[in-house]
Amino acid sequence: MSVTPTAVVLPIVPARRGRVATYVRRHPTIAIGGGILGLMIAIAIFAPFLGTVDPVALAPAKRLRWPSADYWFGTDMFGRDLYSRTLYGTRVSLTVGVSVALLSISVGAAIGLVSGFNRWVDAIVMRVMDGLMSIPAILIAIALMALSRASLQNVVLAITVAEVPRVTRLVRGVVLTLREQPYVEAAIASGTQTIHILWRHIVPNTIAPVLVQGTFIAASAMITEAILSFIGAGTPPTIPSWGNVMAEGRAVFQVAYYIVLFPGIMLSITVLGINLLGDGLRDALDPRLARRL
Amino acid sequence: MLAYIVRRILATIPVMAVVTVFVFALLHLSPGDPAAIIAGDTATAADIARIHAKLGLDQPLYVQFATWAWNLLHGDLGISIFTNLPVLKLIGQRVEPTLALTVSTLVVSIAVAIPLGIVAAWKAGTWIDRVVMMFAVLGFSVPVFVLAYLLIYALSIATKLLPVQGYVSPGDGLWPFLAHLVMPSIALGLVYSALIARITRASMLDVLSQDYIRTAQAKGLPNDKVLIGHALRNAAIPIVTIIGIGVALLIGGVVVTETVFAIPGLGRLTVDAILRRDYPIIQGVILVFSAVYVMINLLVDLSYAVLDPRIRY
Repeated sequence: MSVTPTAVVLPIVPARRGRVATYVRRHPTIAIGGGILGLMIAIAIFAPFLGTVDPVALAPAKRLRWPSADYWFGTDMFGRDLYSRTLYGTRVSLTVGVSVALLSISVGAAIGLVSGFNRWVDAIVMRVMDGLMSIPAILIAIALMALSRASLQNVVLAITVAEVPRVTRLVRGVVLTLREQPYVEAAIASGTQTIHILWRHIVPNTIAPVLVQGTFIAASAMITEAILSFIGAGTPPTIPSWGNVMAEGRAVFQVAYYIVLFPGIMLSITVLGINLLGDGLRDALDPRLARRL
Repeated sequence: MLAYIVRRILATIPVMAVVTVFVFALLHLSPGDPAAIIAGDTATAADIARIHAKLGLDQPLYVQFATWAWNLLHGDLGISIFTNLPVLKLIGQRVEPTLALTVSTLVVSIAVAIPLGIVAAWKAGTWIDRVVMMFAVLGFSVPVFVLAYLLIYALSIATKLLPVQGYVSPGDGLWPFLAHLVMPSIALGLVYSALIARITRASMLDVLSQDYIRTAQAKGLPNDKVLIGHALRNAAIPIVTIIGIGVALLIGGVVVTETVFAIPGLGRLTVDAILRRDYPIIQGVILVFSAVYVMINLLVDLSYAVLDPRIRY
């Protein structure tokens, strides 16, 4: 995606809107994905003001009501309002997605940087990462959750452990290529401290690929959280996460499929938005890779 | 060539060693006494002591690991806490449904995804390409259980075309066997085929811009011969690689798919073991799944030499 001459002509257009429109036209996936994600963040923040009631309030007399004007998404088998539960669930999913992405990127990037610069560390760390990567990520998370108390923090930690090897590999790969670059060799030759080389020459170059990877990690972490909750190894049942709502709807799916439907759709849309954003960022930040994928 | 094969096989040993250490360490990574966690909140001191003795937790760590690894090498995965049966036996009983589900998913996904990827690359930039890419992005975004429930609603509850759930052994009739596998395979295969289609397209796009493709077209070779004989053959390695790596998605998805469709396979065994905190089973299933995953990727690596005779390691 090369920079077209319109970018130079643009300043003549007086309104700010012109610039935004051009950006949207040039990167439609970033705009759509970012828009969806922004909407979900807004829902998460303003959940209490969007016509919701207490998402955990029981009302057995009103159980299993179909979606109607009173209960927009219906009620579950304990009479809890599904519209409120689904909207509050956005908070859980986004929290997990963002936390896992930030944590696994910080840990993975740190290990990857050291590993790419120290042959001894590299030899050991990469064998460990190869081993961890040969265990399907979701099984690592399941195994860790099965032995810890159900809590949101533990879910985040378990998914992070599963995601770290991928970030480490990515960052290490970037570091190894950069090390061969003349400007890095020059810095080494002139006796620059390793920490300075890492910070000034290496880290800035890892930001773009790590940012793209971060979006995909957030998306997959949200799916993993839902899967963990769905099979009963995730967030405690008292927290209205999408996975929990769907797990509760499982037993009554044949008579009340809407219970599974609404959180499922919300999860899919959110993950779709983040994936689109990631695809768009990759196209915008790394045109070389974008052509290939 | 032989040296390459031997080297690749030997390289799986450290990988499996790390997996083994990790699976062993799982029990000790969690804060607190694993026996108390396995026993649950209502356990008595006697229950906890019993689990302690059963898992050998009262011995030094290195003795525990040595015993565990030694038994492992002899095919002993331990004893289930809940059923008191050997884990290997429990796993053996559940292999068939999982194998049927994953193999059917694998075959269908590859058969659908590779042609889609080829067509998308061939018609790059057209609406066909866009539809295929849209399918790929959607495939990454719709979680397996959401698709599973949509399918159950559309094909079972609303139209009564297919059985809602369950599993029928092929010995009890081929048609019921297949009918029970249709929906689980589609649900499980969506993300996998999305991945394969995407890589196929990317790899084919790379190859189609090469000079020898233009030469093949210039000498009047029909399109199908150019695409399959010249392009796909040269685009094969990334595709085969992703087919191997993507198996991790299938293994993860099996756990969910079997839960939704009530299929009595390894995934269901895992979920039941989690709910009962039956740790030896969880460890055993992870080891088996990881070993299968490592083997599949070993085969993929070995296939490089066959797919591309230029590769000499």
